[in-house]
Amino acid sequence: MLNIFKIAVRNLMRYKRRTLLTASLVAVGVVFVLVFISVSGSFKNMMTGQITDSFLGHIQIHKKGYVASIDSLPLTLNMGPKAFEKVEKAINEIPEIEAYSPRIKFGGMFSNFVETTNVRLNGVYPEKEIKAAPLFSSRVIEGEKTIRTGEILVPELLAKGMKVKVGDTVVIIATNRDGSVNGKQFRVGGILESVTGPGGRDGYVHIDDAAEVLRMDTMAISEIAVRLKDFGKLHSVFGRLKGTLSSELNKQGKPAFEVHTWEKLSPFYNVAKMIDIMTFFIKLMLIAIVLISIMNVMVTAVYERIREIGTIAAIGTPPGKIVAMFLIEGFSLGFFGAVVGGVLGVAVIFVLNVAKITFNFGRQKGLLLSPSINLQDILVISIIVIIISVIASLSPAYKASRMNPIDALRHV
Amino acid sequence: MSLITAKNLSKTYATAELKVEALRSLEFEIEPASFISFIGPSGSGKTTLLNLIGCLDKPTSGTLTVDGTDVSGLNTRTAAAFRGRKIGFIFQDFNLIPVLTVYENVGYPLLMVQNTPVLERKKRILTLLEAVGMAEKKDKYPDQISGGQKQRVAVARALVTNPKLVLADEPTANLDHKTAYMVIDIMKKMKNELGTTFIFSTHDQKIVGEAEIIYSLEDGELTDRRN
Repeated sequence: MLNIFKIAVRNLMRYKRRTLLTASLVAVGVVFVLVFISVSGSFKNMMTGQITDSFLGHIQIHKKGYVASIDSLPLTLNMGPKAFEKVEKAINEIPEIEAYSPRIKFGGMFSNFVETTNVRLNGVYPEKEIKAAPLFSSRVIEGEKTIRTGEILVPELLAKGMKVKVGDTVVIIATNRDGSVNGKQFRVGGILESVTGPGGRDGYVHIDDAAEVLRMDTMAISEIAVRLKDFGKLHSVFGRLKGTLSSELNKQGKPAFEVHTWEKLSPFYNVAKMIDIMTFFIKLMLIAIVLISIMNVMVTAVYERIREIGTIAAIGTPPGKIVAMFLIEGFSLGFFGAVVGGVLGVAVIFVLNVAKITFNFGRQKGLLLSPSINLQDILVISIIVIIISVIASLSPAYKASRMNPIDALRHV
Repeated sequence: MSLITAKNLSKTYATAELKVEALRSLEFEIEPASFISFIGPSGSGKTTLLNLIGCLDKPTSGTLTVDGTDVSGLNTRTAAAFRGRKIGFIFQDFNLIPVLTVYENVGYPLLMVQNTPVLERKKRILTLLEAVGMAEKKDKYPDQISGGQKQRVAVARALVTNPKLVLADEPTANLDHKTAYMVIDIMKKMKNELGTTFIFSTHDQKIVGEAEIIYSLEDGELTDRRN
């Protein structure tokens, strides 16, 4: 086998320029795919991190039917203390869960005493919210990075529109679940940067204040945001939580709770899916490049060496060895292209990291792109390239092995 | 026992419009360790006959036995294996593999056809390179040696597997007279030393005289046999 390799490599080196050009084409394809995977993966992971760590959490738990009517923030679909206890118990049974944050979500009127507008608010326990959404504090662009009772964190756009600043007094008026209206004065404790996704432009108050505005006798939770220790275990934890909570039934005998991963809650998941589909098509393009270029070279190689094939066939070389010789030539081309492409791809990714490229996404500015690629991706791409190179060589190799020695020896 | 026996051997090439009888009912026997020449004008059937004996083609009718095997029924794979074991080839255009050195070209059949162990391979290659006077050029590539030297390498390659039979189709056609005689001398020497049967076709009347038996072919028929 080693000798067949040696002959194959020498045959490739016979046409140095052509071999170099083909291997370069394969290498450029590999570089392109690796850089695309790393950049798009970095973008996807960063945006997913931004969305889940700023507000959404990895998993959310609601009372059944809440998400379907989430735009109206229905207080009638909040969880009572007993229901919340059951959810808490289920959460505490799973060690992979790092933190959770119960929220009271409600809509109300926001007044600066001159103008009034509507606002969506979250009542949260600050310490729990910060643990469940670690980027929450970084969103506070003015004021203190926490939520005290009697204070409100106002979304940036609302603050600009209503011309309020940290320290101002505002009034929140809300309708409670019985239909009566209540109001409460708040001091603006901070201005909150908007983030992409649902809830990204909501204001925040302390959960006790939310309960007071809504005149709750007992705390009724709208949603529980859950953060995992390892994002990679999202689906297994989701399955376990869903399994545990599905045994809790309401009065109609149907499941009392609904559990969703961030994927079902954020429209960005569709963007992420699009990126995955684009990555798939980029890989297909690479396969096409490799297939066409290697097949072209191998067909030419067979055509140029017809007399040589006739000679080796005449002196008794078994057809299998002739096939092997050409397959190994294709393999070597693919292998060389994959190795060079892999090395160059890693180098380009390194340069992109050193260059510290930033970009804007929606209202988020200066997001730092930090592309990375893991060894598994490099190996998978390289193996695909090598396999396709061998497949591309199959037809010319088979044709060479089936050549009639007499015709081949006569070829001019 | 004869090395080659042809009985009523015919080969016809047929297309939709044309039927060409390349060989017509040939009958001959060739003994082991002989030095045979087939002569005749272009189109007389020399190459066709060598192709049949070399298991590169199949007769249309008749039987052809080489070293006790009826080669007319061999399929592609078994014919290749048979050639690899029993027959060596020398071509008019030398047909050395350009990416292999002289040493590697001679060793190619041992390596790729017979899977001979390294030490045995080395011994046989060097012995034959010595015999054809090419040992000093063993590391040269075919494009670094002359035509005569290439054909000497081709002779060594044909003999390296210790075949019973070596077929040479116009082996001296691309060589000057002096070199052609040198190559024929080497072939004769090898025949005497190794007991290999050499069959070659040629146009060259002077070279023909070197053969022990000369068969004349004309329009696909054997017209003469001279000792």
